[in-house]
Amino acid sequence: MTALTDQLAQGLNSPICLTWEWTYACDLQCVHCLSSSGRRDPRELSTDEMKAIVDQLAEMQVFYVNIGGGEPMLRPDFFEIVEYCVERGVGVKFSTNGGRITAENARRLAAMDYVDIQISLDGVDEETNDVIRGEGTHARVRQAMDHLRDAGYPQFKLSVVMTRQNIDQVDAYEALAQEYGAELRLTRFRPSGRGIDTWHELHPTSEQQVHLYHWLLERPHVLTGDSFFHLSALGEPLPGLNLCGAGRVVCLIDPVGDVYACPFVLHDEFQAGSVRDEGGFAAIWRSSELFASLREPSSPGACASCGSFDACGGGCMAAKFFTGLPFDAPDPECVFGHGETALEALEAGGGAVRPSVNADHSKPIGVGRKRIPVTAL
Amino acid sequence: MSTATDAPVTAPPAFDVERRWRLHPRVALRPEPFGALAYHYGNRRLTFLRSPDLVALVEHLADQPSARAAFDAAGIEARRWPSFEKALTSLAAGEFIVPDRSEEPS
Repeated sequence: MTALTDQLAQGLNSPICLTWEWTYACDLQCVHCLSSSGRRDPRELSTDEMKAIVDQLAEMQVFYVNIGGGEPMLRPDFFEIVEYCVERGVGVKFSTNGGRITAENARRLAAMDYVDIQISLDGVDEETNDVIRGEGTHARVRQAMDHLRDAGYPQFKLSVVMTRQNIDQVDAYEALAQEYGAELRLTRFRPSGRGIDTWHELHPTSEQQVHLYHWLLERPHVLTGDSFFHLSALGEPLPGLNLCGAGRVVCLIDPVGDVYACPFVLHDEFQAGSVRDEGGFAAIWRSSELFASLREPSSPGACASCGSFDACGGGCMAAKFFTGLPFDAPDPECVFGHGETALEALEAGGGAVRPSVNADHSKPIGVGRKRIPVTAL
Repeated sequence: MSTATDAPVTAPPAFDVERRWRLHPRVALRPEPFGALAYHYGNRRLTFLRSPDLVALVEHLADQPSARAAFDAAGIEARRWPSFEKALTSLAAGEFIVPDRSEEPS
């Protein structure tokens, strides 16, 4: 680690990358959803509570927030809060499934400053995308992209979560992004949310990971949200901070105001408090015991004898936790195969105990939801 | 349609230690233990100012007729100037600092 990443590991006055999920409501039921979204939670923050958070973020000089969900555009006060963020100098980067990007909304978004849009697509063709995101979603996303282009929205991000089925299409995503003047963003599939059940079949193979690493090295303009830092153990580091930012530079506010160490760990063990507690978000960021402990140097544990620990830091905390591995174990997708060995050892020892999510907001099977059999993928 | 790829590509002016520079008006600095975090609301870039000396220098660049004079005014020893020049060169490349036009004769 460099001197700078050492300092970042000890925490910052305010987060760099704050994810804020606005609702658990979603009209889709993607098989890899990190927050198991679907149904709105009746305890979700009110418009006034949301604005009070924005005030506090502005005071803390949080430059921008990454808005997600669920589908944030399903909140009836979506534009009102976006506009409030912008007024207060808090930039908005929001992630959407595109369903509400009508021609009219696209024009409205194009007219706003400080608003960046990230549209999710998980396959360049219908066949690949729709098994992950649901029937008809490929066509719907392409329509949303067309609306943004027609509205003159300057440059959206096309965001793809890398799975075993879609990772071989990276060149096609690049071409598609280029066609729309968009930026391409590829991120790592973590075994979080509904991904706990699907990750084992859907995560990329080790050969695919190595190919992606070299592909990304040649394309530093492709965004990754720093999510593939475990691949830096292969040699030259990928662009980015290359560290687990949980509680250090990253955290999450969920739709009911609970604060977690990162977007991929919606579980009691990583919950630092609630914005509804006294002192709000700032008090949690500055003085939560959980965040203080995450800012301590971590033990290399099983990785101590590996010469690459400094490069990958042992990988992703969430990926270990939700596959049942201890925190000082290798990342389940360790490029040297140590994670696979550790998972096999768990199985041999009677099976991994995999934690479940805190609050599953998935829609019940049969109510507008079809369970996609993983074996069909 | 206008996209970044359609826009004319104009490279930002290269850093010149003899010119007067200033912080870009859309850049915000946030104090941090290591120095400051700088965010450019225009091009959405984020960067780290890795020492409190660099933060003080950047904040007061526009008060001096040239960057070199600003080094002096900030009390930075001459042997450290090359590392500060390097930092400012990279800030200029990301348009965090821009030449101050007010110095130019009209």
